[in-house]
Amino acid sequence: MAEQEVMLMKGNEAIARAAIRVGVDGFFGYPITPQSEIIETLSLEKPWETTGMVVLQAESEVASINMVYGAAGAGKRAFTSSSSPGVALMQEGITYMAGCEMPGLIVNVQRGGPGLGTIQPSQSDYFQATRGGGNGDYNVIVLAPASVQEMADFVDLAFDLAFKYRNPAMILSDGVIGQMMEKVVLPPFRPRRTEEEIRKECPWATIGRTKDRQPNIMTSLELTSSVMEARNIHFQEKYAEIREKEVRYETLDCDDADYIIVSFGSAARIAQKSIEIAREEGIKVGLFRPITLWPFPSKAIAEMAKGKKGVLVAEINAGQMVEDVKLAINGANSVEYFGRLGGIVPEPDEIVEALKKQFIK
Amino acid sequence: MDKNEIIQPGNLVYKKPTLMNNVPMHYCPGCSHGVVHKLVAEVIEEMGMEEKSVGICPVGCAVFAYRYLDIDWQEAAHGRAPAVATAIKRLWPDRLVFTYQGDGDLACIGTAETIHALNRGENITIIFINNAIYGMTGGQMAPTTLMGQKTSTCPYGREPELHGYPLKITEIAATLEGTCYVTRQSVETVSAIRKAKKAIRKAFENSMNGLGSNLVEIVSSCSSGWKLTPLKANEWMEENMFKFYPKGDLKDTTK
Repeated sequence: MAEQEVMLMKGNEAIARAAIRVGVDGFFGYPITPQSEIIETLSLEKPWETTGMVVLQAESEVASINMVYGAAGAGKRAFTSSSSPGVALMQEGITYMAGCEMPGLIVNVQRGGPGLGTIQPSQSDYFQATRGGGNGDYNVIVLAPASVQEMADFVDLAFDLAFKYRNPAMILSDGVIGQMMEKVVLPPFRPRRTEEEIRKECPWATIGRTKDRQPNIMTSLELTSSVMEARNIHFQEKYAEIREKEVRYETLDCDDADYIIVSFGSAARIAQKSIEIAREEGIKVGLFRPITLWPFPSKAIAEMAKGKKGVLVAEINAGQMVEDVKLAINGANSVEYFGRLGGIVPEPDEIVEALKKQFIK
Repeated sequence: MDKNEIIQPGNLVYKKPTLMNNVPMHYCPGCSHGVVHKLVAEVIEEMGMEEKSVGICPVGCAVFAYRYLDIDWQEAAHGRAPAVATAIKRLWPDRLVFTYQGDGDLACIGTAETIHALNRGENITIIFINNAIYGMTGGQMAPTTLMGQKTSTCPYGREPELHGYPLKITEIAATLEGTCYVTRQSVETVSAIRKAKKAIRKAFENSMNGLGSNLVEIVSSCSSGWKLTPLKANEWMEENMFKFYPKGDLKDTTK
């Protein structure tokens, strides 16, 4: 079968090709390293001639996210991609999308900061992604791919979750996953939704008021505080449902382990090697990899940590996810952090050394 | 003669557009917004686009435009309406997509979105209400505030050394390859209202015919912001605004 063909490509390219295949309607973006291959691949593939997908290079990240806003409000599956400084610029649009309950996808191929920082990989936008990132009480569904295959697979998953809950979703990747080449099986082709399908799935979409309904209004504005509070309560109820139903994670060699490493994305790929090295030395280590960073797999981590001698959170930042792990474990176990900063990616044995230093001495 | 004998369809010289909702408007007495809303409603009805129109509201006095016209609307973040409209029009090309923006929204915080949407030749119409002041937030200086004009953030009058110069963004728009029709109108007299309506109609038709971007500036009065009675505000507009912002078509590629 042609669809099962194994191909070799970069993570960024996998996102672009997957998007065309799963019937995404539009991409709006602005170039920034290390993710420009996404818009370049889309531009080269010319999907407007095949699936009808719109691809547009916008004048800024601010415009890009507001184009996604317009598209999402009109019921279309649209996404943008950027890297850390650009995603910082998009936060206004993301909070407006959350306030309007708009489904859309933002891809962040992270690089080190703060500021213009570096073009080298980092995971230092974890807080920004998992805490909302813009103003107000809201959350974005955050998926953290650890392979090129997951870059491809998470496009469709992110849109499914976004439309199911009418909420923005994010793929939080980084320069490692975006730039590295791996084997990948792309998803099968699926046509874009028809107008009839969009009307059915998105009765709220602003695509012209027909006589059988009231106008659809996409706004996050509400000046009556009691109504605004009710809307916020509704948001929180929705977020609680997402926390209940959509937690995703993966474990590796945890059952017999004395120690657990908790890592996400590219750091988890490195930590896979770390647990191999540690086990060769006779130290039983397992890996817990959150796939959804929000909702965070708190219950599963707390359960997994029971009876273990220690938990090391290895991440490519100054210690961000470690706070969520500590909250999850709530003092029941010892939780330590290891990380590298500023675009430096740790070696597997650095993580092993950190584990030994923290727990074995 | 009984009143009810006079009220008959044959004697009708004016009626409220059916697309205008029966809700009180929040606009101040003398404000131009109400008239422009009505013109937009009339044109949509006359074009038969009631079920195919999507409006984009700004942040500013027209933030609640969605309350007044019985069509689908999206409320954009401050200045971002042209980006929002771009995506909707590109993904739903048979829809009538327009933005409705004030001077602060369009010519200040949203300058980049405005210029680039127009320059890409997006098949949209931008209705631009220029009253040379920030009305919603209480009368601060706008990008289009005239030299010497007093506002709460230039209380001694606008001076170039302190505040820079007023921006003629409509003139800039007329130089862009992507624009099809760029015009400046007003709505303070019956004849001006008729001309403004024709301009809006032409812009909407151009955007449906795929001819490119359209910008319809309406030089407007803001009696509250200018601290004048509605009548005096119109006089001030005629004496001062029309000198710096002369009315008429700046560009029309359909001619």
